[in-house]
Order: sequence, then C-alpha cells, then structure tokens
Amino acid sequence: MKKTKVTVTELGTQKAGLASRRSFLRVTGLTLAGTGLLLAGCNNDDDSSSGPSGELPGVRNGVFDLGGGDAGILTYAYALEQLEADFYTRVVNSNSFGTTFNAEERQVLSDLYAHEVLHREFFKVAIGAALEGTNGELLPNLEFNYPGVNFGNRDSVLGTAKALEDTGVKAYNGAGRYIENPEYLVIAGKIVSVEARHASAIASLISPGTAAFAPNDLIDSNGLEKAEKPSVIIPQVAALNFIQTAFTAAYLD
Amino acid sequence: MNILKLIESFTNEGVVQSLSVKSSRRDSFTQFGKVGTGAALAAIPFISLFTTNKASAAAAMFSPETEVAALKLALTLEYLEKEFYLTALNSTGLIPSADQAIIAQISQHETAHVAFLQTALAANAQAKPEFDFTVGGAFDPFNNYDEFLILAQAFEDTGVRAYKGQAGNLKSNGDLLTAALQIHSVEARHASQIRRLRGLKGWIVGNQRGAGMPEATQAVYNGEENTIHGGVNISTFMASSGNPAFGAGSYTEAFDEPMDRPTAEAIAGLFY
Repeated sequence: MKKTKVTVTELGTQKAGLASRRSFLRVTGLTLAGTGLLLAGCNNDDDSSSGPSGELPGVRNGVFDLGGGDAGILTYAYALEQLEADFYTRVVNSNSFGTTFNAEERQVLSDLYAHEVLHREFFKVAIGAALEGTNGELLPNLEFNYPGVNFGNRDSVLGTAKALEDTGVKAYNGAGRYIENPEYLVIAGKIVSVEARHASAIASLISPGTAAFAPNDLIDSNGLEKAEKPSVIIPQVAALNFIQTAFTAAYLD
Repeated sequence: MNILKLIESFTNEGVVQSLSVKSSRRDSFTQFGKVGTGAALAAIPFISLFTTNKASAAAAMFSPETEVAALKLALTLEYLEKEFYLTALNSTGLIPSADQAIIAQISQHETAHVAFLQTALAANAQAKPEFDFTVGGAFDPFNNYDEFLILAQAFEDTGVRAYKGQAGNLKSNGDLLTAALQIHSVEARHASQIRRLRGLKGWIVGNQRGAGMPEATQAVYNGEENTIHGGVNISTFMASSGNPAFGAGSYTEAFDEPMDRPTAEAIAGLFY
C-alpha cells in the first residue's frame, strides 16, 4: 500500500525554541507503509524486517516522532490516552474533588480515571512488547499542563472532559482504516466504544434529559459520528495547549 | 462522511455489485454502466488488490460474502431498533416527558442507520422482518416503560458488540469500515445513556447484565468479563506494575468486547 505523506505536524511548542521548531519542519515525500510495520511480525526472523524501519516510532533529529503504520497509529493512541489519563488523575486528586462534584459525578469521574489509566498502561505494555527486537522506541511519558482549566470548577472540568472524550472518539473512528493488523483493529474497537460511553455520560451530566449525549453537532444526518484522521486531530489537541512535550507525526496521514 | 462518496468507492471496488454472483449478463452490463470508469476496477478480483504486501494475508481472510453478511447483520439490528423506538414514541403515555428528547434522538439515529445501510447494500438489502417485541407475550415494552428500557439496553449493548465484531470483516474497504465505526460509537453513546436512565453505569461491569435485567438477556453480556487483549492481561500486569489499585470491575469496564455474528443473529432472532 502506497501512501503519500505530506503532513508535518508539531505539538507542544512551549519547550521548543525557534531553532528547534525549525527541525520539526521536515518534508516527507512518498513513503511506503506496510509490511515492516505489522508490529507482531517485526522480529528479525522474516521479510518484515525489510520494511522501512525508519517509520517506527522514535527520536529523529532530537524530537520524538510517532512513526507510521500500525506502530504509529498505536503510538498516536497511546499519546491521546496519556493525556486523558493525566487529566482525570488530576481531577480525582484535586483537593476540592469531594466538594466540587456530587456523588454521581464523582463516581463517573473516578471510573473514567481508572479506565483511562488502564488504556494508557495497556498501550505502554502492548507497544513496548511489540517494539522489542526492533529499533523503534516507546513514546516517553509526556508532560502536561492545563492552562485555563479550573480543577475546582465543575463546569470547567466537565467541559474539558467532554472535549477530550469527543476528541478521543473521532480520533479512533478516523484511525481505524489505517490499522493493518485485524487484532489491533478489534482492540481499538474495544476502547473506542468505552470512550463513546464516557462521552455520553459526561454530556448527560452537563445537560441531562436532552439530546446532548449524542448531539447533532457530532453526529450527521446519516447517524454517523465524526471520524477524523491524525493530521486533523493532532493540531486540534495541540490547540488545547495541554501537551507540553514536543513530538511530531510526520508519518501519519 | 458523504454517503455518495462511500457508495461510489464501495461500487468501484466491486464489493457489493460483484457479489451478485447469480446476476445475469444483462445485470452485469447495468452494473458496469452505473459505475462508469470504475468498471475496470470492478472487474479485478477483489483479493488481487492486496497481493503486494503482507497485509494481503489478513485481507485474504475476508471474502466479499463476509462483508455483505456483516452489513446485513447490521441492517437487521437497525431494523429492530428503528421499529422498537418508533413504536415506543407512538405509544401514548409510555415515555415520561423527561426522557422524550433522549428517546427521540436515539430513534432518529436508528432510522438514519437503516436508510444508510439500505443504500449501501442496494440490491443486497434484505426486507425488514416482522418483529414481535413481546417475544410471545414475555415482555410488554410498549405499555411498561421499565420493560421498554430493559430491551433498549439489551439492543444497544448488543449493537455495540455486534458492530465491533464485524469491524475486521470490513477492513478491506476503508470508507465502509469507517462508516461502521461511526455507527458503532453512536450505538455506544446510546447504550451508555439508556444504562444510565436505568440507574446503571454507562459501561459494562464484568459480564453483569445489571440490576433488573432478566436472565433472558444474559447472552448479551457473556464474554464481557475478558481481560486479555492482544495477549496482554490487563489485570495481571496492573497488579504488578506499581500503578494505582482499581476496583476489579474497572478492568472489564475499560474494554468492551466484540460479539460474533451467530450470537448477535441469535439475539436479534428472538424478536422475529
């Protein structure tokens, strides 16, 4: 499968000065995505090692690139799960958690905290294992900050949670078509429906008794929810200014 | 997603049209006339498009027949849901005013899903079955709101699992797979909302069908207790990794499980 890669993306510029910003601007022409990136087959025992190992996730020119193919998509998902997990970790550990939210809200947010940490840790273990024996690298722990989010304010936290969950759903919906390995596709499916359950619950806490749980601004007249490719999602997430660690996604569509 | 674009790609790749194996020569000409420049592509055997890389091994596991079967299962489930919610909305006094907006929104989606799948399947679309939502008198969902919600939960949770189970069968057609995923997440939003109306969590705990759900619905939840994904046992490594300890339920809540086609068909088949 031949793909044209023209996307150059950067995230989290706060730690990057102008000079290093320039190094993100990398133009990639035509690259082959395929055999080498079936992670499970990435040991040196077959022809899969002839694949373009340069697309595996790892540091290039001093900045971590998510990579391409299945490795890149899974690492992209891992980055998004890191963000969600970190956000809810801060929510439930806020000193005012017990007073800002009622019992139902605390239960929902505590569950989301657990689920997102589990997703993050799952990807960490699964990707780490799949990259063994390759020259790919596991995405390091990203750093986060939440300018503009008031963890002691119900509306601020729930609004941010809604944005993150809605983003997660459309990101997974859009990523599915890029996954080569059917097993990984099913795993992404196992996670995205939980994200959609989250999105629904958060929206119903914000606007109970309304259509907000599955709203018309996210679901079109065919009854289809949004699906966006990585090159659309990553700038949207970057614009939230939550991710402080720079990385690139030069090999994802 | 532009439905015309989807149908176009669908047709170009010969997925559905080439399935009508029994189609007459005249039908073939009609098909090719419709697809225009796509005709050349449509004539290429489906699998041969994937022979150049290792992904072909995975793609070859799925035949076009499987792809249509996946869509037909989806259409059966959507027919079921569409009629279920429309009947409920037309049953005077059934739905409390506080829940009207919710049920109407779900109904709108299910109606749209039926139309979408009928268009995608074209001549392969099956007719709507005659449904009996009382299952021979065992349920009274259009006079009893609790029973309506019980069946709604069962249908939505089944839908999520069934679409997930068919994703792999659709992966040869990216537009089609994406559309299925876009429906899948909508069903999950519905499921969460219905479950929460019933006082449950929006997510499935272990293989529990949840308070108030009759034994007859257990088939919807069997297998949801799985904690092994891609060879990784989430509960085992979390216990040994120094991560925070979560309640046992979290490990299964965080991952929804697929359901195979025969199981989903058997559940739907109870109602027609």
